[in-house]
Amino acid sequence: MSPFLRLVRRDLALSMRQGGDAATVLAFFVLTVILFPFGVGPEPVLLARIASGILWVTALLAALLSLDRLFQADYEDGSLEALALTALPLEAVVAAKCLAHWLVTGLPLTLLAPVLALLLHLDSVAYPALVLGLALGTPSLSLVGAVGAALTLGARRGGVLLSLLVLPLYIPVLIFGVAACEAAAAGFAARPHLLLLAALAAFAAPTAPFAAAAGLRQALE
Amino acid sequence: MAPVLPQNAFAGIDLACRRGERIVFEHLNFGLPPGSALLLTGRNGSGKSSLLRVMAGLTPPLSGTLAWDGAVIYDDPAAHRARLAFVGHADALKPVLTVAESVAFWAGMRVEIGGGVAAALDRFGLGALAATPCRLLSAGQRRRVSLARLVASPAPLWLLDEPFTSLDSEAAAELLDAIASHRADGGRVVLSTHAPLELAGGATLSLADFAARTPADIFA
Repeated sequence: MSPFLRLVRRDLALSMRQGGDAATVLAFFVLTVILFPFGVGPEPVLLARIASGILWVTALLAALLSLDRLFQADYEDGSLEALALTALPLEAVVAAKCLAHWLVTGLPLTLLAPVLALLLHLDSVAYPALVLGLALGTPSLSLVGAVGAALTLGARRGGVLLSLLVLPLYIPVLIFGVAACEAAAAGFAARPHLLLLAALAAFAAPTAPFAAAAGLRQALE
Repeated sequence: MAPVLPQNAFAGIDLACRRGERIVFEHLNFGLPPGSALLLTGRNGSGKSSLLRVMAGLTPPLSGTLAWDGAVIYDDPAAHRARLAFVGHADALKPVLTVAESVAFWAGMRVEIGGGVAAALDRFGLGALAATPCRLLSAGQRRRVSLARLVASPAPLWLLDEPFTSLDSEAAAELLDAIASHRADGGRVVLSTHAPLELAGGATLSLADFAARTPADIFA
């Protein structure tokens, strides 16, 4: 097994056994979405109108919730230092950790979203756009988030700083994700919006690991 | 004028290191031919750990350079990482992974693992603890896992930051033995220590000799 896959497997094993982070993210997602019908009232027309926005904003916040632990635990116990000294370049370490992060947060969020959409009376024609949109958008959330997590590593109250850094960068993903759902619900093509989400992911995948690795190097000095 | 790089040694040339606002050491030189050992001594804060981190390439030196057999290490950082094994203060152990999993993971990040892991565990008396999660280990046992990690993934340069801390006499003897066989195979070792220690044919470098002069020293 290559060192890259070995690291992905270790991170997956860690989050399976600790259970904490991934389960918290999903519970947060479910609970927050459930709050909306209580807050704005159970009227189906209103809920259907705002369903895609609720699901996307909540998914964004849920992904953000787990980000400050992305490198923190490894930084504190010396694993990050040891990883920086393996043959695997630090950029690949970041990419492996992003992949593992997406597998335990982004992927479950994507799979859970249609169930919650049912609760919010989302128009049934918008389901494919919602699921595809999240599948294409959540990798960008993990990648961009990794840059923020690397930059705030070791900072006091890094979690708050991380939100301030990362949330503005999530806006494009949010805009195109919601636009895809709205377009599908209104009978237009969701494809252009989904393609833009794919473009964002295609841009973040090769660039974010370099930016994050530079941040980690700074933290390790 | 470019310094002359020794051809058959891991060498530091005129190194200086800054931590925060303080120069911890300057004008430091060393040379390690294959099979040699270097013992770093000095008081707390004298820069032993900083020097080891500079040697590992984690911290860039303020000035000076490091060379491995005539080639500057910063020209090819990947090659330098591949040849060194670093055991620092933090033991990089995850509470939920077992001893065997931890050693196998770190060994696997360097080389394809064969039977090396089991042998390394046995060597440091960890065979019976192989399936124990790391959160249940004592400080000495955690340190032994770090050392098993070192033995399980062969690297020509060992950088050990106070490796004898919290080891019992048996494990310490085992470590000295491991260092001796590593050196017999042509490996090089740099280790920092507080305890008096004799390594056959090993050189000692006292960090106190390279402490930077402070303004107070200059005007005294």
